Amino acid sequence: MILIQAPFLNLQAILDGLMIGAIFALVAYGMALAWGVMNIINIAQGEFVILGGYITFMVYKLGFSPFFGAPLSFAFLFILGFLLYKLIVHRVVDRDMFISILATFGISIMIRQIMNLIFGSQVETALTGLGTIFLFDHNITIALVKFSSFVIAVAGALGVIYFMKTSKLGRAIRATAQNPRAARILGVDTEKVYAYTYAINAAICGLAGSLVVMTYTIHPYMGLPYTVRSFMIVIVAGLGNIPGVLASGLGLGALEELSAYAFGTEYRIGLVFLFLVIILVYRSKKLAKRREYLK
Amino acid sequence: MISDKKELIGFLILLFFGIFAPIIAPSYRVQFSELWIFMVFASTWNVQGGKMGYNTFGNIIFFGLGMYVCASTQIAFAFNLSDWTAAGGYKTFVHSIPDYFISLPIGLLFAGIVSTAVALVLGSFMLILRGHYFAIGTLGLGIAAGEFATTVDIWGGGMGMTVPVWPKIDGQDLELFFGVGMDFFFYLTFILFLFTFFTLKWLYSTRFGLILTAIRDNEDKAEAMGIPTMRYKVTGWLFSAFFMGLAGGLFGNINGYIEPTEVAFNGATFGVYMVLMTILGGKGTLWGPIIGAILFQLFKEFFWTYFLGWQLVALGFLIVIIVVFFPEGIMGWLRERRPEWFGEIIDKKARLAQVKININD
Repeated sequence: MILIQAPFLNLQAILDGLMIGAIFALVAYGMALAWGVMNIINIAQGEFVILGGYITFMVYKLGFSPFFGAPLSFAFLFILGFLLYKLIVHRVVDRDMFISILATFGISIMIRQIMNLIFGSQVETALTGLGTIFLFDHNITIALVKFSSFVIAVAGALGVIYFMKTSKLGRAIRATAQNPRAARILGVDTEKVYAYTYAINAAICGLAGSLVVMTYTIHPYMGLPYTVRSFMIVIVAGLGNIPGVLASGLGLGALEELSAYAFGTEYRIGLVFLFLVIILVYRSKKLAKRREYLK
Repeated sequence: MISDKKELIGFLILLFFGIFAPIIAPSYRVQFSELWIFMVFASTWNVQGGKMGYNTFGNIIFFGLGMYVCASTQIAFAFNLSDWTAAGGYKTFVHSIPDYFISLPIGLLFAGIVSTAVALVLGSFMLILRGHYFAIGTLGLGIAAGEFATTVDIWGGGMGMTVPVWPKIDGQDLELFFGVGMDFFFYLTFILFLFTFFTLKWLYSTRFGLILTAIRDNEDKAEAMGIPTMRYKVTGWLFSAFFMGLAGGLFGNINGYIEPTEVAFNGATFGVYMVLMTILGGKGTLWGPIIGAILFQLFKEFFWTYFLGWQLVALGFLIVIIVVFFPEGIMGWLRERRPEWFGEIIDKKARLAQVKININD
């Protein structure tokens, strides 16, 4: 096994995994927000990520540093999320969950194809021009861009959490998540709260996307794995468990990198989906023993 | 077998097109074959999504698997499979006529059997999941299947593989009594559709069909009443998988080329079509998926012909529209407008609908 023979490769994989795991955790945090507050599973999550990546890529193409693209992606996706909510999503909020899955699946197909038409189907990346740190006699490399994206992802997540804890809208969102009916009685405009929640979710994805395009690559059809990863992270952590989201996001990143090293990168996406199935089945088995079911 | 008058009319219309379509519209044979396959798609998805309440995105696995198994059996019957895929379609291997017609049924049989076996294995753990966990779990499984298929070298990996071509005599396409290859597959797909239709009609009329409905309405109660729900859920999936495997085998032969993520395990097209067709027509009814498939095929042909490039945008838009505005589908709408067609007796005096359960609808 390559993993046992090369300990540095292990460490390298884990480090890389942790750094990408922060981005996964950011996307998963958005999904947990929309899921917890509005009770919808947003399949278009990954497409928001890729779209955010393309916005940053456009900024990069115009000759600016991609770091300037991050706030732009955030703002653009915020507006898009708000519009999508007003146009489509508000009609499925109180309905059966499968309806919301299918509706957001439709949105994701639309966004994916529109991106494919506008940006073309090449694999794109934005170069930041940051260097690389070498550790342990060049055995471990840390690309500075990965590290800074890790920092931005964590800072972004903390920023949103701080916003949730302190601002008036954040309090309204948390109240709606706990009990929408009681929140309505107490004068919270839940419709507005839902709209902003969906918009914030999209904006978080946009930010994550701009980090993805800087550190990795984007392609119009690469969205769905991000959706699946964030779904996986949320169910492992449990809804409303924010430190858990961060921990399982980092864990998933490390696990994915390690298995990609061990089995070969061509299995990477397949393994992501397989992990999902394994986790779901394991959880259901565990719950079935107590005669409870995932709700 | 068909008792109701409206059903009989609908069935006669299908039968008319099933027999005469290659004669009256020879240039649309591929579209019609696809339509029969779509009807199989929707009808079998309906066993899970409509009758049983298990919204699966994973039935596409059996379709893709059937396609690969059927094609590789057909090839391996006469040639060496790895030589075939290594040639990548450049070197021409042509089956002799007896080889072709013996290997095709064997390939289809294998496709059905392997798909059913895989459904047994997958179902034994996937069907523990419930609700949207099942939906997303099967979505993941479908995409994982496609990704893993790209790594199988004997199937040509991500490049895909070709399917045996219709045999020729002296450079001329072999003509059977019903015409050339496309007609042959047209009738085969129609027979497959009839086979599926009547099997499911029979299935829904038995106790098994009632149990599926019971699982949809309240699985815990059904279990509490002593029904081994897991066994019934898996058996329901076996039926779907068998027909999907056969449909895959035939579709591979019609398409002539198999590729993992775009043709065989394409969750974003075929995997969604079957859900969409069933919802459009009406979940949980026998005729809903068939009506949905017809409408969807019309829509698809229109957009794929006149708005090429934007067709997937239109597909996404259609999903949103149908799901948001018509989640009950056409049959649900009809049921509201004309409840008496569905065996519901309206007591107009009391305005209380007395529902006579009609298991045939």
